[in-house]
Amino acid sequence: MIHASPNPPSAPLVEAQNLCKYFPVRARFFGKSRHLLKAVDGVSFAIEKGETFGLVGESGCGKTTVGRTLVRLYEPTAGAIRYDGQDISHLNRAALLPFRRRAQMIFQDPYASLDPRMTVGDIIAEPLRVQNLYPGKARDARARELLALVGLKPDHINRYPHEFSGGQRQRIGLARALAGNPEFIVCDEPISALDVSIQAQVVNMLEALQDQFGLTYLFVSHDLTMVRHISRRVAVMYLGAIVELAPVAVLYKHMQHPYTQALLSAAPVADPRRAAQAARIPLQGDVPTPIDPPPGCLFRGRCPKAVPRCAQERPALRDLGGGHLCACHLLE
Amino acid sequence: MQAVRGVTLRVAEGETVGIVGESGSGKSVLMLSLLGLLPDNAQVRAQAMRFADGDLGAMSGREKRRLLGSRIGMVFQDPMTSLNPLFTVEQQLTEPLRIHQGLRGAKARARALDLLRMVDMPSPENRLKQYPHEFSGGMRQRVMIAIAIACGPRLIIADEPTTALDVTIQAQILDLLRNLQKELGTSTILITHDLGVISSMCRRVVVMYGGIVAEEGSLDEIFYSPRHPYTWGLLRSIPEAETEHRLPLVPIPGSPPDMLAPPQGCPFAPRCRHAMPVCLRCAAPETELSPTHKVRCHLTHPAAPQVRWEKEGL
Ligand SMILES: Nc1ncnc2c1ncn2[C@@H]1O[C@H](COP(=O)(O)OP(=O)(O)OP(=O)(O)O)[C@@H](O)[C@H]1O
Ligand code: SF4
Ligand SMILES: [Mg+2]
Repeated sequence: MIHASPNPPSAPLVEAQNLCKYFPVRARFFGKSRHLLKAVDGVSFAIEKGETFGLVGESGCGKTTVGRTLVRLYEPTAGAIRYDGQDISHLNRAALLPFRRRAQMIFQDPYASLDPRMTVGDIIAEPLRVQNLYPGKARDARARELLALVGLKPDHINRYPHEFSGGQRQRIGLARALAGNPEFIVCDEPISALDVSIQAQVVNMLEALQDQFGLTYLFVSHDLTMVRHISRRVAVMYLGAIVELAPVAVLYKHMQHPYTQALLSAAPVADPRRAAQAARIPLQGDVPTPIDPPPGCLFRGRCPKAVPRCAQERPALRDLGGGHLCACHLLE
Repeated sequence: MQAVRGVTLRVAEGETVGIVGESGSGKSVLMLSLLGLLPDNAQVRAQAMRFADGDLGAMSGREKRRLLGSRIGMVFQDPMTSLNPLFTVEQQLTEPLRIHQGLRGAKARARALDLLRMVDMPSPENRLKQYPHEFSGGMRQRVMIAIAIACGPRLIIADEPTTALDVTIQAQILDLLRNLQKELGTSTILITHDLGVISSMCRRVVVMYGGIVAEEGSLDEIFYSPRHPYTWGLLRSIPEAETEHRLPLVPIPGSPPDMLAPPQGCPFAPRCRHAMPVCLRCAAPETELSPTHKVRCHLTHPAAPQVRWEKEGL
């Protein structure tokens, strides 16, 4: 399989090279033997300094696994992660420590991701303690400063997570991620659990912080409209692989992959006149699980355009020019 | 706790009405109270809950529950919690048929199969004997819908029916609900926080905030000439779908009211950038702007400052 090089011209901050993460599973439909769930299977992309890179796709396609592997909460099964030029794919705990300060993650569930027994101040200062940054009195001051930065009151450091609303908890998660002055943050569905009006608050805050500190984001979401709003480039995943990757304006206007076309056409438009004109490309069936995926294109079972070749050969990501990559036999 | 206050909701024959609002705005509480499914300690004051020829408000919980399942079908956000994991799909489908229509044995089974076909279940014969956990989220939702339409209801209440589903599956389920409604002529109440779903499904929209109906109107009235600052806030919180240049989002500051201590005046006043002193003291009366368009906001008072709604691109 040939891999087109999706590297942007300037030096990337984070780079995934043919990244794979497999989980051994005992699927009962397959008897007793062990099988591999290929959550992420040969994903390559590079994120430039200061950009927001969007990652979309349906449930189970591997978005979270990509994010967790990039910040080395998982060790990749194969392939490589390069961070600022350094290969961090298999570094051990101690060797990862300096990297941990530079790359952080915020999570989807603002309820489950904060320890209910810790005060907000301790939660925020936790990464500082681990990294031994801002020692002594400075740590408390730093926690207060971070709370103010995310729009909460500095004296909230003595409160507990349950005293806050969903949107406020997401801000606390953000303050914790920002504690050690990171460069790169994986935002895994940071707004999915929030009300519409609160989502906009969090997105605006992410954008303001990016401007202020030059942050780089991987923004994972199934909300295609919000990804369009916040991202500079977007990758679309299906069953553990990237099927299309392009600058945001190209992807949303000139998407080439049959899956991207169906996915974008299925997203409901919050504007009755446009919704009435929108033509949907219906997709039959459900998203399959990537356990022992068959050869050929991973999308072919649901693809309205599949040809016989799609069952035999997996299409490689091809460069269509202008940073637009797409994996589909129809484009050859 | 006062979750809903003086709410009137009319749904015409064959119509789909959308109810939108934030979590805690009282959308689901309103529906559950209509159906007598709320625990006894919850006190709900709603006026004029009428269904066909009966007054829902005057009915006992038991009468309401009988109505539920025969004349009113329910579809919830999470089919896993509303389907019984211990029974096969056939058992769950035939139960309402037995209770409400006296169908048993082969007849009930044939009707159950029919229903699965109506919801486009793939290979329905094999599916009858399966348990809910053997289905994907989308297929479970199809089962829920099959149960909801089993006894030919006149009203279907769908509470966030696609929130837990993927976009492409959501599109399938919304198509199904739309087609069934056309075929069966049922009325639908669709509760959702997703203005996109509302746009593509409803003719009429009710916007709830803090337990009251802040505004209601036709789809066009709500999206193109909204009059309540909360509706403005909702519409400005979502990104433009089409524009090339990114407009900054305009979020609503603050957070939704605590329904254990609801604000005294207009529930939106603490977050409203147009709030006047009166807004904090008194609830706003309902103003009729057109036969279909009603709003509860002090800004509609002739003496109030003229504030206009504008959103670029709409
Ligand atoms: N720790 C794990 N062990 C085994 N399987 C896993 C593990 N984590 C994820 N998976 C599986 O890997 C696949 C990809 O999961 P992942 O959580 O990355 O998807 P996702 O795109 O983030 O989905 P969602 O939109 O639902 O969050 C899924 O089939 C999932 O069940
Ligand atoms: S390679 Fe074939 S099956 Fe895959 S997306 Fe293209 S046409 Fe469809
Ligand atoms: Mg995920």
